[in-house]
Amino acid sequence: MRSFEARYRLERRDFTLDVDLRLPSSGVTGLFGASGSGKTTLLRCLAGLEPAAVGRFAVNGLVVDDTDAGARLPPAERGIGVVFQEPRLFAHLNVERNIRYGEKRRRREAFVGFDEIVDLLGIDKLLARKASALSGGEAQRVAIARALMSAPRLLLMDEPLASLDQRRREEILPFLEDLHARLPIPMVYVSHQLDEILRLADALVVVEGGSLLASGSLSELLADAGQVGLGSANAGVVLEGVTHAPGDEYGMTPVATPAGVLWVTGRYAAETPLRLIVRANDVSVSIEPLAASSIQNSLVARIVRLDEEAGATLLLVLDVDGQNLIARITRRAAANLGLVPGRTVYAHIKSAAVRRHRMSGHGLPADP
Amino acid sequence: MTDLGPLILSLKLAVVTMAILLVIATPVAWWLANTRSALKAPVQAIVALPIVLPPTVLGFYFLVFLSPNSTLGGLWVDATGSSLTFSFTGLVLASIVYSLPFAVQPLLSAFEALGRREYEAAQTLGASRLDAFASVVVPLALPGFLSAAVLSFAHTLGEFGVVLMVGGNIPGETRTVSIAIYDHVESLDYASAHTLSLILLVTAFAILLALFALNRPRPARA
Repeated sequence: MRSFEARYRLERRDFTLDVDLRLPSSGVTGLFGASGSGKTTLLRCLAGLEPAAVGRFAVNGLVVDDTDAGARLPPAERGIGVVFQEPRLFAHLNVERNIRYGEKRRRREAFVGFDEIVDLLGIDKLLARKASALSGGEAQRVAIARALMSAPRLLLMDEPLASLDQRRREEILPFLEDLHARLPIPMVYVSHQLDEILRLADALVVVEGGSLLASGSLSELLADAGQVGLGSANAGVVLEGVTHAPGDEYGMTPVATPAGVLWVTGRYAAETPLRLIVRANDVSVSIEPLAASSIQNSLVARIVRLDEEAGATLLLVLDVDGQNLIARITRRAAANLGLVPGRTVYAHIKSAAVRRHRMSGHGLPADP
Repeated sequence: MTDLGPLILSLKLAVVTMAILLVIATPVAWWLANTRSALKAPVQAIVALPIVLPPTVLGFYFLVFLSPNSTLGGLWVDATGSSLTFSFTGLVLASIVYSLPFAVQPLLSAFEALGRREYEAAQTLGASRLDAFASVVVPLALPGFLSAAVLSFAHTLGEFGVVLMVGGNIPGETRTVSIAIYDHVESLDYASAHTLSLILLVTAFAILLALFALNRPRPARA
């Protein structure tokens, strides 16, 4: 799988952005970092909106920036769509003409038509409205539709949900998941909310203080969450699977994963590709099978190693049929149970704690 | 019967000045709204000078720099055969400078209030900078353009001191309405002075009324 290389340096009075990274050329790449870490600035460099930035960036073989060679495409010629934090709709145009603005000016074959985009974002009833008469959530959906209609090679989203309240966020996230699943367009999704990124991203870039802290696939970075700035509480593994039966009468669905069948909450149709995130905090182990337990998922696992952590806990790395799981347990429990590498244990995963997200139908980016 | 020639000349001067000013003031105001250059403050000060300087001072400098004996005035005479001072062209030049702040300031305020958000968004949607400006910034900043047009028109219409210094009093060429009124009063022809003054008063009121009516605050943006 190809990737886009981006190298940028931008000095401000109180801040320097200096990154050199690879972005997968398909799927969603989450760009994560605290406020002021340089995420938005980096995104603006990619879009060509920071004239003072120096560096190099090529998208699908098109060099959009090579400032050493004096080459720099204006934003309009990059074919890079941007969804900003605020919708930035054009108040003098109605919704439809906002969406058509990019269509009139696009320089590439459309990969998706107007009707499909309108349908995808659920804005068919808003088309005749004035842009100023929309709610925040509606306006942001229109902004996404408008960016897609310009047929970008790459879509950048800069915390598109940041200005919305929690309810509006929940209203838009499914649309974003749909986009991801249905459109063959690589996206970079900036957020300081790890939740959103875990829901949408296939790969992750973490920035801190204007520098690259880590980058890689979601599973690589989650396994090392504490070390790569994601917070040790988020340490875990990513399991990619497919539902192998429709949801049952209890509202649960079995998912076939490399670690075996896991029951997760939520009803899904059979054959739905899902990505499960199993956090180390939600996995416990026992030496004997648990007889009468509320735990729905118990897997036979072999201990690979014990990773020491600061404090009273450690991370137990387990192997289940070649798939890793991570369990966070206390050192006391490890000592009392005599947990050592090579030993066989039962790993228990609480169904209600497993995060599950629909996955892209376009394949996942391989590591560069 | 009052001669309406001066009134028509004033209107012509105001329209020509306004049209040229919009062309000049738009890039100046856009640059001022977006630049972080150290030149911003000096440029702003120069643009604002005509507000504080007595028109006679401005007129005096025009007289000096536009006269056929000056470099600029001499070149103009060589090129066209006519003088810039005491001519309609000279009046237009003087009026452009005299009314420049009244065109730049409303545009600058409008551009600053709008910011670069929509302009950037338009560019990421495939619009060149000029296209983004014309198709997004201009319509969104339209009240600013309207104010700039009306204020520069009205200000030029009411100009007196500069015209007196640069243009003199040549009927059909530089005898604007304010000069004509002054002349009428000097020659104690109060009836003609009344007629022209009243027309000017009503015109100015109608223009300002239209400006304020059209510039009512729009509904807050989402």
